[in-house]
Amino acid sequence: MTQEVPQPELATADLAIASSALSKRFRGGQLAVDHVDLAVPRGSVYGFLGPNGSGKTTTIRMLLGLAFPTSGTAALLGVPMPEGATSVLSRVGSLVEGPAFYPYLSGWDNLARYDAADRTASAATAKARIGEAMERVGLTAAAKKRFRNYSLGMKQRLAIAAALLAPRDLIILDEPTNGLDPQGTREVRALVRQIAADGITVFVSSHLLAEVEQVSTHVGVMRLGKLVFQGELAALRRTAAPRVAVRTGDTASAAEVLTKLGLADPVLVNTGLAEDLVTAELGDVAPEKITAELVHAGVGVRGLTVEAPSLEDLFVGLTGEGFDVEAG
Amino acid sequence: MSRLAERRREMAVDVGAPSEEGVTRPESPPAVRADLRFFANELRVTFFRRRNQLLLLVAALFPLLIGIGLKLSAPHDGSGRSGPSSSGAAYFSQLAGNGVFLTFVALSLLLILVLPVVVGVVSGDSIAGEAGYGTLRYLLAVPAGRTRLLAVKYAMIVVWAVTATFIVSAIALVVGVALFGAGPVTLLSGTTVSLADGLVHVLLVTLYVCAAMAAFGAIALAISTFTEHSIGAIAAAMIIVVASEVVDNIPQFAPVTPYMPTHWWLSFDSLLRSPIDTTTLWHGLLSFAVYAAVFCSIAWARFTSADVTS
Repeated sequence: MTQEVPQPELATADLAIASSALSKRFRGGQLAVDHVDLAVPRGSVYGFLGPNGSGKTTTIRMLLGLAFPTSGTAALLGVPMPEGATSVLSRVGSLVEGPAFYPYLSGWDNLARYDAADRTASAATAKARIGEAMERVGLTAAAKKRFRNYSLGMKQRLAIAAALLAPRDLIILDEPTNGLDPQGTREVRALVRQIAADGITVFVSSHLLAEVEQVSTHVGVMRLGKLVFQGELAALRRTAAPRVAVRTGDTASAAEVLTKLGLADPVLVNTGLAEDLVTAELGDVAPEKITAELVHAGVGVRGLTVEAPSLEDLFVGLTGEGFDVEAG
Repeated sequence: MSRLAERRREMAVDVGAPSEEGVTRPESPPAVRADLRFFANELRVTFFRRRNQLLLLVAALFPLLIGIGLKLSAPHDGSGRSGPSSSGAAYFSQLAGNGVFLTFVALSLLLILVLPVVVGVVSGDSIAGEAGYGTLRYLLAVPAGRTRLLAVKYAMIVVWAVTATFIVSAIALVVGVALFGAGPVTLLSGTTVSLADGLVHVLLVTLYVCAAMAAFGAIALAISTFTEHSIGAIAAAMIIVVASEVVDNIPQFAPVTPYMPTHWWLSFDSLLRSPIDTTTLWHGLLSFAVYAAVFCSIAWARFTSADVTS
């Protein structure tokens, strides 16, 4: 990197996933992924967010070497993709676009099939590893059952078991809770926590912020093929300016006090009730100081609250409300 | 940004020594053993699949039906010319005297459609079926390796073709001997050889048909890499067989018929002459080798460069 860059950039080797200007144009001409620069630090739980059709799955397919980028580069665990696929992917467990198994094989035989395809996996330890992976997702009792008879939740869990078949440094989960009931969603979240606790980097995509915000340390937000935000979850929270709202009968004086304290963007809100609201960006001012000043100025304060927009609001702000089809 | 260059680089990683990072886990098995394990699993999954077992069962029933049918209609005066006018006809008159000939009758009749169906279903399904189930993306993410997966698939197809052909041949031999008896074999050229020599001819003919079916398997495998609908790949492979047979039977197309994929399939009757007509035989084997090589190359070129979107 050039010396002009002020903040220290993480070296590619420290990143579990790194991409640079990664782009994919479909044959129809649609730019599905548009210059995406991912930086997923090792050991993080990275929530990859965006509405359906924003390019998340196409990005993941390129990361895993399933699709070839039109331009740009990507690297997993410091190894360039797709060239290094055969050397690095055995250290990467993945769940891409829902579980896929042979319906006529049992759960156990399905895992044995994927394990047999892995040239770094030892046949001698296969039985133990498959048993352990099934136990970890709670499918031991259903091991001999044919996959076609599995419930949706069991299928999803089997896919996670497949991702855990061998020791991994990185787990990529694409919409792991899709179609699961709340109980199943909670189980997956607990699994993600366990995996992360083992020091494995987890890259989990979702179109629902609520699903990843409890487990993620980092987030990336996709919109129309572009990465519109990337950073620590806390940094995303910080982008939301908290506002103070004063409930009072004397909004004019209250607004005057807030302006005098240097609060930005004061807004008078007419609620239509006897008491009205004045809100303003909180900034660095302590809320208790505002209360003291208001009282000092003789403004009758009936209530004072500090409100930060929810992550959900931020997320919607970044990705759009949905249903508005915008040309890619 | 040439796709080909990328692929070549991938290949280099594919076949080269384990890279310094990652691939060698302490317990990593030797490459050959890992490949054999994958191949063994592929065979297991193929041969234990009920659909495939049914295919083999159907293929095995045909020689039995043909044998019983011929026994019932066998001319008792030995002057029968009631058989169909295909090249199988030459063997029909021989059959009355010797059950060994049922193998040649069965193979020549089944080569028209039944054996190509048995081979075409499994090879047309080989890649397209994985794509259709979505298991292809998981196999590649394991990573199975694109070239490696294709090699395992074609090896499986060859084993499958050989198995199906030998099942037909063996059942026909057993049924033929049971219904028509066994003894010294009179070849098409009129020479009579011992039963043991006759069985050697049966083996050679069976191996020739195996080669024909293995080559056809390559065609179906190549088609299979272009779609995620196995039924489409299977249908396309069958259409190729039928179209080739039709063209082969139209005299006006005579200049091109030697290049048709099915043209040499029935040429194994040259093995039933003494001396063996080796020119025809080599032409047939050369045709199979060229078809296998060309279509395996097409499959490889397609499979190692295409996005997996299923």
